[in-house]
Formats: sequence, structure tokens, C-alpha cells
Amino acid sequence: MPKGIIETVVARHRKDRTRLLDIVRDVREELGRITPEDTALIAASLGVSTIEVEGVVTFYHFFGNEAAGTYAVYLNTNIVAAMKGSTAIKAVFEKAAGVPFGNVTPDGRIGLHETSCIGMNDQEPSAIINGTIFTRLTPAKAKALVTAMEAGKDIRKLAVPLGDGANASKVVRSMVHNNIRRKGPVLFAPFRSGSALKKAASLSPEDVIAEVKRANLLGRGGAGFPTGLKWEFCRREKGQPHYVVCNADEGEPGTFKDRVILTEMPHLLFEGMALAGYAIGASEGVLYLRGEYAYLKPHLEKVLAGMRRKKWLGTGIAGKRGFTFDIAVMLGAGAYICGEESALIESAQGNRGEPRDRPPFPVQNGYFGKPTTVNNVETLCAAARILAKGADWFKTLGTPRSAGTKVLSVSGDCKKPGVYEVPFGLSVASLLAMAGGGDARAVQVGGPSGACIPRAQFERAIAFEDLATGGSVIVFGPERDLFEVVRNFMDFFVEESCGWCTPCRVGNVLLKRELEKIMAGKGTVRDLEEIEAWGKMIKATSRCGLGQTSPNPILTTLQNFREMYMAKVDAGRAFISEFDLEEAIRPAVAVTGQKPAGHAAEADHE
Amino acid sequence: MSNIIKITIDGRECTARPGQTVLEAAAANGIYIPSLCRFEGLKPAGSCRVCTVRVGGRYQASCTFPVSEGMAVESAVPDLEDMRKAIVEMLFVEGNHMCPTCEKSGNCELQALAYRFRMLVPRFPYLFPKKAVEPAGSKLLMEQNRCIKCLRCATGIRTKDNKKVFGPLHRSVEKKLFVDPALASALPERWARKAMDRCPVGCILRKEVGFAVPVGRRKYDKAPIGSDIEKPRS
Repeated sequence: MPKGIIETVVARHRKDRTRLLDIVRDVREELGRITPEDTALIAASLGVSTIEVEGVVTFYHFFGNEAAGTYAVYLNTNIVAAMKGSTAIKAVFEKAAGVPFGNVTPDGRIGLHETSCIGMNDQEPSAIINGTIFTRLTPAKAKALVTAMEAGKDIRKLAVPLGDGANASKVVRSMVHNNIRRKGPVLFAPFRSGSALKKAASLSPEDVIAEVKRANLLGRGGAGFPTGLKWEFCRREKGQPHYVVCNADEGEPGTFKDRVILTEMPHLLFEGMALAGYAIGASEGVLYLRGEYAYLKPHLEKVLAGMRRKKWLGTGIAGKRGFTFDIAVMLGAGAYICGEESALIESAQGNRGEPRDRPPFPVQNGYFGKPTTVNNVETLCAAARILAKGADWFKTLGTPRSAGTKVLSVSGDCKKPGVYEVPFGLSVASLLAMAGGGDARAVQVGGPSGACIPRAQFERAIAFEDLATGGSVIVFGPERDLFEVVRNFMDFFVEESCGWCTPCRVGNVLLKRELEKIMAGKGTVRDLEEIEAWGKMIKATSRCGLGQTSPNPILTTLQNFREMYMAKVDAGRAFISEFDLEEAIRPAVAVTGQKPAGHAAEADHE
Repeated sequence: MSNIIKITIDGRECTARPGQTVLEAAAANGIYIPSLCRFEGLKPAGSCRVCTVRVGGRYQASCTFPVSEGMAVESAVPDLEDMRKAIVEMLFVEGNHMCPTCEKSGNCELQALAYRFRMLVPRFPYLFPKKAVEPAGSKLLMEQNRCIKCLRCATGIRTKDNKKVFGPLHRSVEKKLFVDPALASALPERWARKAMDRCPVGCILRKEVGFAVPVGRRKYDKAPIGSDIEKPRS
């Protein structure tokens, strides 16, 4: 009985409203669906209104479908997946399952759903089926998957061959490949467990902060806020307790480097979190893991258990009295916006992942309203390495303003897609040479919210003082239609806007329509001016980073590839009608058999 | 530490109290910053962005942004006024707003702002979404064609035991506000009316009641929006 199952699940989570995402996930797993009735039962068990639970359920991509199917297939349709053949895979799935995407087979067995970037850009086309990742899909493999699902097979057993490194371990058993193409000294060098924590424990918390500040470590999520300063602000806050939150919700299309770090270097990350806790005076940490990476959760839990056994977590860490810290792993459920730190905190508290107004900032008013430092996976790893090897060593890497290395996720039209750890200051051209993408027409640096740059700018450097990036680098070859790229990115932002504020919720839809008007050859120079003006307005008035960057795909291509737009618009005319009279009366003509008096074409010209 | 903060708004010297938002401080000094989602006494949601101002070159929603000493605020400048107007226009094209047949006409804040900004035709193409009029429990209707997602209902209407009666569903342009039907039905009459009155547009409607005050004698028929706050520059 659903009622009994739901009550058991809710009780398992101690009727804790803040665990609503876990509750919904568990209920969905046990019942294979979440109907309005199920939602009402969850609400009743928690003692909250149904609208509150429904609001959360409908917010997240992986919860939203009422009937997801016994086997829920989520096929990635981002631009790189499309470049690598996801359209053909989609057709195979549809033909074999007998239903179009967005539907579940009549017997409820197979559900076909599209999803945006799942962090596998270096091994597309890819899909997630009931949490299991399938990479490098071929039409034959897709067909075999449908046959196996129809036969009721265990989907996990079909994920072969296994990937490299820890992906092949018993606890992960995933097809995913790391594709680490270049190991640098900060993230991917060998790391002796405990070396960062021992060093931290030998210093005062203030000295740990001083060391990180001295190393000039800037936040690796892309914004580049000085990490030491953030920790200092947080430490000074009076409210108790303090929290460390690790943002492992990398969602920028084209980024996947955190996935590789979480797979191969989780111990480095967890030491980084623990020493951050020591620095800011927190004994609890939360790793917020994007829902797409749920398959890594058992692996991370296992590493955490091992660290607890070795006293690198728990009480008396590194033999130091009072150094107490532990980490809980929490799962997201498919929402790009949750990569925004305040939205992430809301989501971690079991709410809709909607950003908060700032100020107050998370360091003042974060997780459960307490002082919280939210740091990127790569940032925390770098902090651990800084403690282990010293700020002076760290500063020998990179540029004077951007110390250290950056881990880049490179994908698209290049021979060697994968993860590259490079010193800051590297030029785009050098990166392309390493990755085998020398003939690129354009490179998207920083994902859709970053910039699309032309060949003429390939000498620019990847660094905070030039091209700042969270790590997503997508290469577009000479034959790529950049309009399709821009449209795909705008689709993404329209879908991922949380809908809280007007300019982002409505403005992106309007921008996309305007873009499509131009793509259809119905734009004029005036439309280009409008698109620019609207884009600036959306950036200025939006409430959070999503809306403040969502017009970038259009604005940066308009700036860097203006000729492409000019070729599409009719420069000689100030107005082209969007209204096609002949098309509009076609159904009436078909039904009545009458042709309109006069020529429709003439009526079109006013 | 002084309890009076000095700020300027468009060059005009103003005094403010610590903890006030820019919008509150402006109002206390007789300066109207147009706003829409904000409702006196409720925690501001910062959802509509009509009240956007510029502080130190950065754009901020004045309904949520706190004042600080020496702050120089730009508000009634042409580019910001145009952005505000654009946001109102976005809200018009996002929904289906037919003022002449709307119960809220004359009391509608969206309409009043459109008049204030002298909006004739939105610069944006209409999206013409398909929306429904939905029963929201036994007492209320929700005319979804008119909802502007201001979140006043979600923030302000709760049951005695603090359960949310209204709340947002979905996200992106699909986002919509709806109710817990059982809780909405159980709302006392006074609160059902409150829900309708707080809605800035004609989305939340009390069933079986309407047009009690004839069009032409309503709030914004008498005086334009903001005129209760604005003082002429001395």
C-alpha cells in the first residue's frame, strides 16, 4: 500500500521536513512514481500543506514526471551530445520503445525523457537509466538496452564495459571514463592521506586562513572570490554552529571535472573540507552532490568511512583535541540553479532550489541560517594541497594574479576530450593544441554563461584576469553552425530558470524567440539592436547569476561573430512581417476549397 | 554609532535608519520607487525587479537592498525607468491581460504601473500562453491568465498553525502559483478577502463577490500609483 510505504519512508527520515528531497527520492524509487495522491500523503505525514510538497516535487527535473516509467531513460540532449549523435540515438530509442520522448510506454515500463548536460561531455552520447550512466551510446547499444528493459533485466548489469580507475571498482562499477589527459601538481598529483590535516592541526585556525590567503587561492567555481577571505568572514561571525558546504553540483553545460575529482581524489577533497571546518570553526560539513552523480555516492561514503576509521574525520582529528569534523553527502535532483550557492543551501534544506536575496551572504546567513562557507570541489582540494605543500610553492604556479592550476573539462570537436589540469595563464591556442582541436572555429569558454570566442582571440589566457572560467571548454569545429549552439544554450537557460524573477523567467523566452526569428530569416537589423538591448536589460535586472549571464550565448556571439547574424538579416529593410497570410489561411482554404480574392502575397505588403 | 544614515537618491540628500531597505528609505523621504511585488508588512520577495536601482554601478532591487552610510542611489534616471517599463511590459506579454473585463481594473497595480510608465503597446511579442481559470478551494478562484508570480500570496497567506496555503509549482516560464485546496477552503472569510486584496492583479478572486466598487471610482482611478508617496522636490 502506498500509504504504508510512504509513512515508512517518512519515518525513516525522522519526519524531518528538511529531508524532503531524500523522502521524495525514496518514495519515487519504491513506488516508481509520485502522483498527487502520493504528494498529499507525504505532506500529511510531515504535517505540512500539500502545495509545499508539490512545489518541491515539481521543481526538480528528476522528480517532476508523475510517471517516469519503471525504467526511466534520461537522454542527454545538450549541444555536444547532439554533435556526437544523440539525435540518432533518440530516434532508435523511440522506434524500439514505440513512444516518443516525453512519454512512458503504455505498460508503464519504459519512460523516455530528455535532460540537459549530465556531466559526460567527453563520452557522449550518454544517458542515465534509473541512476546508471550509459556512455558512448551507439544505435545498436540503444536498441539492445530497450530489448533488455522490455525483458525486465537488471539495468546495472548492462553498463559494460566498465570505465577506468575507480570507475571500475566494485563500489562504483560504472562505464564512465575519467579521461584525465593532463595531470597537474595541485589536483591530480599523488596525495598522502592526512598530510594536509596534520599540517592544519599544527597551526591555529587563524594561521590556516592566513596560509590560504597568502597562497592567493581564488574560488574555482568561476567567480574567483578569495577563499581565505571568505573563511575569515565566516570565522568572525558570531552565530553558531558554522557549516562547511561543498558545492559538487557542477551543472554548467560542458563541465565534468568535478566528477573526475570526486572519482579519483575524494580523500583530497574531504581533507580540504575538514581543514576548512577547522579554519572557520565548523564541525559539520555537507557535500551537495548533483543528482546525475548519484552513482558516486556509495564510493564517497566508503571513502568517508575509511577516513573515519583512520581518524581523519570524527573527533580528535590528527591527534588534535577539539578538532572535530564530519561530512554528510546530500543529493540534488536535477536543477542547474542549485549550483548557485544560496539556491544550493535552500535545496540542501529540502526546499525548492531558489536563490536567496543577498545580502545577507551565506557566510552570515547560510545553511539553516547559520554562518556557512560554500566552496567549490576544486577550491577545497587546492586548499588541502596548499596546506600540504605551502603557499609559496602554490604561488610558483600560474600567473601573479591567478595562482595555481585550473582543471578544465574539454569537449566538442577535438581529438582528445577529457580533463586537463593546466597552470593558469595557458592560452586557448595551447590548450587546443594539447586537445587536438587546432582547427576550431570557435571555443565556448566557461560554458553557456561564459563567452564564445573566435580564432582571433585564441591567444587569450585562461586566468581570472582574462578568460575566467569554472572549467567548461567546448570546442566547435569549422563546420559547426553556431546558431544551433546558441539556440541549444538558450533552450537550456529557459528551462533552468527557477522562474522567481521576471527578467530571467520571461526575458529569456523572449530572447530565444527573437533568436529564432533571426534564424528563420525573418529578422532585421532592428532585431539585432533589440536583442542586444534586451540582453543587457536581463543581465542588469535579474536576481542571480543565472539571469545575469543567460543572455551571454547571444551577446557574445553577436559581438564576436556579428557577420553570421548580418548574413541572416535583411539589411535593406526595417520591417519583415512575422505574419504569413498564406500560411494562416491554409487550413481554411483546405476546408472550404475557396481561394481568397486577390493575391495573398500583395496583402502581405503593407 | 549614529542611528541616522545619510544617503543620496538621484543626488537628493536623504536620511535613513539602519536596517531599512533603499525602497523604504526613499518612501520615508518622499521619493517613490516604483515597485510591484512588494507589499507593506510582508517580507519582500524581490521577484518582479521593477524597483531596480543602481548603487555604485551595480543593479540592486531596492525592496531588498539595505541602506548603508554614504550610499549614492540612482533611481529616476532614463535607462532605469526604461528597464522598469520593460519589466512591466514583460509581465503583460507573459500573461493574458484583458483590463476591460478584469474585476481588478482600477485597483490593479500592474495596470497602474503601465499607466505610470505610459505604456501603450509592449515592445515584446505577446506569448499568448494557454492558461485556465481554476477553482482554488471552495471560496476562491485563480485566474491564471493574470498571475505575475509576485509571491505575495505564498508569503502572506498562512493558516493559524503556519501552514502555507499558497505556493509555487514548477519552474521557468511554466511556474505557477496554486493552493492546497483543503486549506484554501478552510480559510476564514476575512483571510479569503485578504488573499484577493493582496493580489496585485486580478488573479486571486473571491467567488460570488465582484465589482462592489464600480470601475471609475477605484483606487487608481482617483490618484495615480505612487502619488501618496511622492513629494515634489523642494
